[in-house]
Amino acid sequence: MPLYYFIFSIALIGGLFFARSKMWHLILLILFNMLQWGFTIYECFHYNEVQLGYFTVDGVGLIMLIVLSILTTTSSYHSVGYLGHQHKFHTTPLRAQAIYYAALGLLIMAQTGAFLSSHIAGTWIFVELTTFAASVLIYHERTEYAIEAAWKYLFVCSIAITFAFIGILFLSISAQEAGTINLSYQSLIQHAATFNPFWLKPAFLFIIVGYSAKMGLFPMHTVCIDAHTVAPPPISAFISTTLMNVGFVAIFRAYTIIASTSILPWANNILLIAGTLSVFVAAVYLLRVNHFKRMSAYSSLENMGIVAIGLGSGGIGYFAIFLHLIFHSFTKASLFYQIQQVHRVYKSYMIRDSGSYFKYYTAGAMVILLVFICITAMPPSGMFISEFMIFRAMFERHYIGLLIFILILLTLAMWALAKNFFRLIYAPPVNFDSSHVEKIGLKESLSQFILLALVIYLGVNPPQQMVDLINEAIKNLPH
Amino acid sequence: MTNVLLIVFTISLLYLGIATRLLTYIKIFAFQGLLLFGVSFIELTHITTLNLIFILLETIIFKTIAVPLFMNYVIKKNKITRDADPYLPSFISLIIITIIIIITFILSNAINASQISKIYFVVAHSALFAGLYIIISRRKIITHVMGFLIVENGVFILSLAVGNKMPMLLNTGILLDFFLSFLVLGIFVNKIKDVFKEPDMHTLSQLRD
Repeated sequence: MPLYYFIFSIALIGGLFFARSKMWHLILLILFNMLQWGFTIYECFHYNEVQLGYFTVDGVGLIMLIVLSILTTTSSYHSVGYLGHQHKFHTTPLRAQAIYYAALGLLIMAQTGAFLSSHIAGTWIFVELTTFAASVLIYHERTEYAIEAAWKYLFVCSIAITFAFIGILFLSISAQEAGTINLSYQSLIQHAATFNPFWLKPAFLFIIVGYSAKMGLFPMHTVCIDAHTVAPPPISAFISTTLMNVGFVAIFRAYTIIASTSILPWANNILLIAGTLSVFVAAVYLLRVNHFKRMSAYSSLENMGIVAIGLGSGGIGYFAIFLHLIFHSFTKASLFYQIQQVHRVYKSYMIRDSGSYFKYYTAGAMVILLVFICITAMPPSGMFISEFMIFRAMFERHYIGLLIFILILLTLAMWALAKNFFRLIYAPPVNFDSSHVEKIGLKESLSQFILLALVIYLGVNPPQQMVDLINEAIKNLPH
Repeated sequence: MTNVLLIVFTISLLYLGIATRLLTYIKIFAFQGLLLFGVSFIELTHITTLNLIFILLETIIFKTIAVPLFMNYVIKKNKITRDADPYLPSFISLIIITIIIIITFILSNAINASQISKIYFVVAHSALFAGLYIIISRRKIITHVMGFLIVENGVFILSLAVGNKMPMLLNTGILLDFFLSFLVLGIFVNKIKDVFKEPDMHTLSQLRD
């Protein structure tokens, strides 16, 4: 089945690339969504099967695949809106639109492959492919900023991905010493206990530094931030959510290999350091940020930092990070979709140009308000539950000092987010001509409401299937 | 024999430190490609013929001929000045690359692994860090791409060291080469020139808080 998926999606991507009419783009995009959903539903029923030699649908892969498919639909919808709007005001040529749609399809396909790959080199190849697709999309608006961000993203991600490859090479050296040359995750986890820790340490270090560019974690987070700033908002929604999940999955799978070896405490410390520094950097920059999309990007950095801390703390933290990633994906995606509409009202992403959003578009202001509640982890947001569990894990590990430090940083971040969001919603705008405000229909905010409702519902009342899937995903980790 | 080739490779890194013209850089690349061809030809004896042909073609056609020609084309098309524009004088570059080689040499003495011979480890890591040093110490975008290619060569040597038993990994390493260094980066250099008049790194520093 993955074979058919890849063949059909490549055919559709080719079609999107060569089609030069809006009608065809729309038809092919709908077909692509149907393919994505069909494949996702098929995989739900073929759980833990080895397919095509290099693909297995395990708990981690399936959770992330479902999140990806949901966001594929919403992002496709908003992409059509975004390009239609751009086309009206800036006349995006059809060729640029075709490249946009084709790259979007490629990005989705590459992410699907990265989630399902059961071979460490397979994951790596698909992550490589996401870099390529994402940099084409970042370049979409073809401004000076766009080219700068696209170049930096491409270059730094290439270097980072090379680092990850070196990590995989080190891992393979230790695997060879232990007498196996099979680099599938299953085999690596089985043999991990016999691996030489001397090679495992640099392997893990290189892998975490390499994939941190994708996950948007310290130390390679900077390119992600720049990429968010200029990418079209539906794409920012991807880079900030599912693409970060791709980086997470790659790191998580490496961590699962490490988990049964003697260097686990060392790896936990590395994750705690990376996570804490991420939260620290995010909090510091959130306090002085003046651009809505950069603000959202730093908020993603903060959340990925929390995820890394959760992974490093262990215990109930393992369960919590999956919840956190799911909820963060939905919340952050709706924020980016809404920012696009904010931009249509104020014609600017700058925080200082905004204000009185309630007056101009009430439904949008409601979305912003709900996003604020969800992203700062206030009840009834699902993120409250996941963050609470992560803090509990830290408490159980007696990381009290670190916990207090993180909580102070999170409070600062919360204050900064509140200041900017409430300015957007309530404060009267400065030098704003309100005579030509564009009317936006409620239907364009509908997907945001659905996603946010999911965040709240899944947090309050998690379905048993989801809990089982997460437990399945973390079954190889120490309890 | 491989030892000689690898040592010559390391010496070419030192030469890279003091080279000032872009054309010299390109020639060093072609030469390094040739060296890598030699190493993989001698070293990779246990893999299937198809794989071997793939790797040999990759080193000789791709690294020795295509990339240098394409670089030359990019430089000519964009009228990039021929100087490498380092931030630091070449004498200091030479010292820094020497220090990198010495440090990797000392580090390699700390390992006692049966699976990987030390000379590969030293040369691969010297190339890796020398490439990173070239990236941070040069002003032009094209020299950044060149630094990236040096890093690639380092990774290629490292994968050769492991590659005797793992052709799959080696092939993915080659995929990395094809995908990024050659096509995309080159295309983007052209695009940057279209948008900015000066393809220097300082033009790419507008995105900030």
